[in-house]
Amino acid sequence: MSIKIPKPEEMIRVSYKPPRTPWMDTPVDFRPGTWSYSGAAKNLIYLDLPNPRAWQPYEEDWKLPENWKDIIIEGMRERLGKYRSFKLFMDLCVRCGACADKCHFYMGSGDPKNMPVLRAELLRSVYRRYFTESGRRFGRLAGARDLTVNVLKEWFYYFYQCTECRRCSVYCPYGIDQAEITIMGRELLNLVGCNINWVIEPVANSFRTGNHLGIQPGGVKDMLEFLAEDIEERTGVKLEVPINKKGADILFITPSGDYFADPGTYTCMGYMMLFHEIGLNYTFSTYASEGGNFGLFTSHEMVKRLNNKIYAEAKRLGVKWILGGECGHMWRVIHEYMDTMNGPADFLEEPVSPITGTLFENARSTKMVHIAEFTADLIKHGKLKLDPARNDHLRITFHDSCNPARGMGLFEEPRYVIKNSVRHFYEMPEDTIREKTLCCGGGAGLGNDENIEMRMRGGMPRAMAVKHVKEKHGVNRIACMCAIDRSTLTSLMEYWVPGVTVTGVHELVANALVMKGEKDRTTDLRGEPFKEKTDDEAL
Amino acid sequence: MNMVFSLLAIVILIFIAMGGAAIAGLKPVFFVVIPCGAFAVFVAGFIHRILSWGRLPVPFSIPTTCGQAKSLPWIKCDYLESPPCTATVIGRMALEVLLFRSLFRNTRLYLYDERPVYSSAKWLWFFALLFHWSLLVIILRHMRFFIEPVAPLINGLAAIDGFFDIAIPTIFLSDAAIVLALTFLFLRRVVVRELRYISLLTDYFAVVLILCVAITGILMRHFFPVDIEEVKTMALGWVTFAPYVPKEMSALFYIHLLFVSVLLAWFPFSKLMHMGGVFLSPTRNMANDSRMSRHFNPWNAPVKVHTYEEYEDEYRDKMKAAGLPLDKE
Repeated sequence: MSIKIPKPEEMIRVSYKPPRTPWMDTPVDFRPGTWSYSGAAKNLIYLDLPNPRAWQPYEEDWKLPENWKDIIIEGMRERLGKYRSFKLFMDLCVRCGACADKCHFYMGSGDPKNMPVLRAELLRSVYRRYFTESGRRFGRLAGARDLTVNVLKEWFYYFYQCTECRRCSVYCPYGIDQAEITIMGRELLNLVGCNINWVIEPVANSFRTGNHLGIQPGGVKDMLEFLAEDIEERTGVKLEVPINKKGADILFITPSGDYFADPGTYTCMGYMMLFHEIGLNYTFSTYASEGGNFGLFTSHEMVKRLNNKIYAEAKRLGVKWILGGECGHMWRVIHEYMDTMNGPADFLEEPVSPITGTLFENARSTKMVHIAEFTADLIKHGKLKLDPARNDHLRITFHDSCNPARGMGLFEEPRYVIKNSVRHFYEMPEDTIREKTLCCGGGAGLGNDENIEMRMRGGMPRAMAVKHVKEKHGVNRIACMCAIDRSTLTSLMEYWVPGVTVTGVHELVANALVMKGEKDRTTDLRGEPFKEKTDDEAL
Repeated sequence: MNMVFSLLAIVILIFIAMGGAAIAGLKPVFFVVIPCGAFAVFVAGFIHRILSWGRLPVPFSIPTTCGQAKSLPWIKCDYLESPPCTATVIGRMALEVLLFRSLFRNTRLYLYDERPVYSSAKWLWFFALLFHWSLLVIILRHMRFFIEPVAPLINGLAAIDGFFDIAIPTIFLSDAAIVLALTFLFLRRVVVRELRYISLLTDYFAVVLILCVAITGILMRHFFPVDIEEVKTMALGWVTFAPYVPKEMSALFYIHLLFVSVLLAWFPFSKLMHMGGVFLSPTRNMANDSRMSRHFNPWNAPVKVHTYEEYEDEYRDKMKAAGLPLDKE
């Protein structure tokens, strides 16, 4: 299927007028470009997930199991008893509408079912019908409706049009978090075998090979060594690539996108250069070669199944603590779930930076430190020699990735690192950064090609904020700390703001990093020449 | 349609109350059975609902962080937006419950010159806050009917509320405010098309019912006075478990009391339970400390994992060929 999407000048003309028909009477339209392909049977089988089969969302017959309705209702009952958040968020909403225009998918599409409140009502209406007295008695008058195949299709369409970014939950007076509701909705859909391949294949790959892309151990090694060669070419510094090394102090975990896809590879080179320069005794792992956890877009159980590898590998290798690379939802999982699910990590030590002696008190239980925290601490203690002028050809803005922002509160560390690595840094407008940051449009497993129109629509508000700083300050590169961002923002920029490219934070660090024994560097990691230093610009 | 039905429900309630007023024999029903029954349902229902949420596990630590987390000592932590401990969580909750912190962030989206623009939209916050605080003041003022002698605090509150001393009897600021705020909230729901699209019957009914309670109350105070002594004797009768059926009361009083009773009885089963639920919301009432101390999940169960041994068994030859270390040769 070739997918045509509107041109930017057409797409920006969003109509926010709701349809004439009430939402319960407006069936879902699987328009090409706005949904993702179904999960392939082989992946479901590998993961022991129910109802593996060949099907596609646009088809009439979804080949559901005969008792699919009972499965869903029972699944809801089970989850309503296990998660206070789920029950509370089903009951609590007053439909004040504060969340409505905070969702990037609503902003970009104008589809009212993309208002978080209505996306939640898709599920709430069924909850009321089967789990509340008023819903059972008064049906539609009480906002309740029967669970039908069309309702299930609607769930599929809209729960895979939510990136679990949590922006709505910042504005909700009760903190109702659509991410929680989407997670539940997707768990329920998974019970009857309705998921998307862009999520389930990475999950199956991660489970088997340790990473999303299904790269086998030798492939990981080759790729990292290839990056080391590139580093040597650019800087003249030869460095080691420790992999599966027992006796390392620190296990380093990063998303596989960092070592396998541009522009993430430059960020990965950044980590390697940094670790070499400070003489860190660390190791990569091929078994736990993925920080990202697409289990989060499948079910809580799957989060745990994939996340298990990190502590298991840390224990096997006998490291002291774990350092994590730049990734978004990986950090949501590590910060808010890992210790609870697979801890306690009593076989590790409280993380202390071997370079500065800083004890990372905020990670004393989970024992995993974010690389931005680690590097900020190094810079603060003057352990890095940085020449920010080397990044003068770049005019940088910073995109707060949803999960580190709203699921962690990591705002200052990356900014501190960036400001010490570049001289031209410009923030996007206040309503689009920090806890109010806007999604790239491709998180939560939606960053696939067949979903391209929805991605461009969902990413529009972010892109427009970039366009603003591009026009005002000449910004030509957007920095971020997320592997999904690095991939999806790239196509988003090409579509909405041509001329702006994407970088990880540690690529900027590496450009600026003055290494011992380096040759006279004339280009950045991408091979782009440094700007000639003029007198007034010289440090 | 939902709005029409909610107005219809109000009209039906008015007719029921007027019917009650016309039949003297029904006085004990309207003045004792219904109000006391409604109150009992309110109390029992409220507790039941709170327990139905409160007894549920919170398996994961899921606060929504709206500010800088506590991390390195030289980085300033935003204690109220990303609270690292219980004391700061209390601060965050106090801001949320007393001042509607999150609603204060509200913006409205416009597309201007082919760009999304986020304009400040504090009206919702302002009128929501105005409504809730006025309601609290009004409820406290009504305590004069249930306490004898009237506590000085309540008299003091009434004095402040009637500070401007306009007209006789004095117009209470809270009365004016609540009508204004509810009117705004109702009109907003009717006029804003997105909001109309998402509104359920219950959303209109809640606003209209409380508005009707307020209006009937104001009418009785300023235009159709009722015998306050009788009302107070009746109210004291409820709280001392010595029911008292008052003499002649106007139909307006019947309507006011029935509205209040319906509000009380319906409250625990409606969205108005957000009053209690907001305190239990895990995205707001949890500390952002999940890496500092382990959050415990009571139903944490083992799952099927892919162990390193299985991994090495599958890839041993390839790992060996690539020169990677092995646990088992």
